[in-house]
Amino acid sequence: MTERKIRVLIAKPGLDGHDRGAKVVARALRDDGMEVIYTGLRQTPEMIAEAALQEDVDAVGLSILSGAHNALVPKIVDNIRANGQTDVVIFLGGIIPEDDIPALLEKGVFKIYGPGTDTRQVCSDIRSAVKTKAQA
Amino acid sequence: MSSELIHSLRKGNRLALSRVLSQVEDGTKASQAILEKLFRATGSAHKIGITGPPGSGKSTLVNGLARELRRREPQLKVAIIAVDPSSPFTGGAILGDRVRMLDLQGDNQIFIRSMASRGALGGLAEQTEGLSQVFDAAGYGFILIETVGAGQSEVDVVNLAHTTIVVDTPGMGDDIQSIKAGILEIADILVVNKADRPGADQSAAHLRNMVEMGYAADYSAGKHLLSGSLSASTGVVTPAGWIPPVLKTIASEFQGISELSDAVLAHAAYLRQSGQWHAKDEAAIRANIRRLVTAELIGEFRQTVPAELMEALVIKVQQRELAPNEAVRELLAYNRINSLKSSE
Repeated sequence: MTERKIRVLIAKPGLDGHDRGAKVVARALRDDGMEVIYTGLRQTPEMIAEAALQEDVDAVGLSILSGAHNALVPKIVDNIRANGQTDVVIFLGGIIPEDDIPALLEKGVFKIYGPGTDTRQVCSDIRSAVKTKAQA
Repeated sequence: MSSELIHSLRKGNRLALSRVLSQVEDGTKASQAILEKLFRATGSAHKIGITGPPGSGKSTLVNGLARELRRREPQLKVAIIAVDPSSPFTGGAILGDRVRMLDLQGDNQIFIRSMASRGALGGLAEQTEGLSQVFDAAGYGFILIETVGAGQSEVDVVNLAHTTIVVDTPGMGDDIQSIKAGILEIADILVVNKADRPGADQSAAHLRNMVEMGYAADYSAGKHLLSGSLSASTGVVTPAGWIPPVLKTIASEFQGISELSDAVLAHAAYLRQSGQWHAKDEAAIRANIRRLVTAELIGEFRQTVPAELMEALVIKVQQRELAPNEAVRELLAYNRINSLKSSE
């Protein structure tokens, strides 16, 4: 059997319409050999958790540029966990002020990536996080 | 663990369903046993294939069709398997069909699963059949199977679906004629989507002509069918069988979706009344067994025949000491002897 494919959901919660960052990350993960489910713009926390459930993903990447991360991210984390997907790796990208980062990490976000992040870093982080979870 | 999963799946637990789908898709050791258990509970779903060239609007059409089928038959759950291509270079994939299916969010009787083709060439993935069996056993009454953007040879979906919908768009011009010939052979329903674009009527007329030509012999019994009924929204049933209707839709605006649903349900009724449902099921099972045997034999071959032997033969062939066929004979002979040994 070949190595299991890593499946990642890339979603944009909330109302901002700028999805270039999400698409760049989706493309980078694809080029790294992962299967990326792209859900498009303006997703509610419920929609994202539902898609993560149906697709049985290993990781969920959220892109938020609207400033609504403190309202949206905890809801998404809670919804995903409530569905029983306790081991899904949740990561975040976009414009997130320094001050907000500790609380989001505390909430269970795996990593937060700002502008200028090397996409290779994102790929290798996710690969190793998913691997660790699988072995646990 | 797998019997627990199966139990939860049967009780309608969607996380269990999702996990079983992954097991089957990955072809894990557990998945064979799971499929063997589940298979006995399959056979009641109406499997509907949707195929057509990239960008013709398959996902949007699936979105509309799923919503309409849920409205018509609220007691039936709808599953969607959406296949997108894997990169031949990295094995990665972007599965973007969900973007067009946002209207289906919030209905927990609809389950959408995206699938990468993982190198399979017939328009589906290796395990699309397996996934459809899982949904069938989990009590999904309709299973919509969307192929990768298809050209002429991606026709595997016919072996899986009871009803095959072929989607086309206007304005593809004369060069589409050759494709149409291939497409017509597999379509139970033909759709000209994006019908608000110029040339839609012309495309629909072209398709209708082709259908009529193909069924010309059947019309000798009832010529009146030619002019009138083919423009009807549902298919026409003649003594010789089902004649595919040609429908115009604007899927993004839900136009023509009701007529498409009529045709889908009429086709299912036709299959059941004519005995074709049973015949299609038999053909699908035959195709599936053949596919599994091929996969099993190739797997055995790969396990038995060492890569070194293959490499040595490649060199000999390249030096023109052997013809490719002779190399094949040698490989198969080796496989025959040694696979027997290993099974003893």
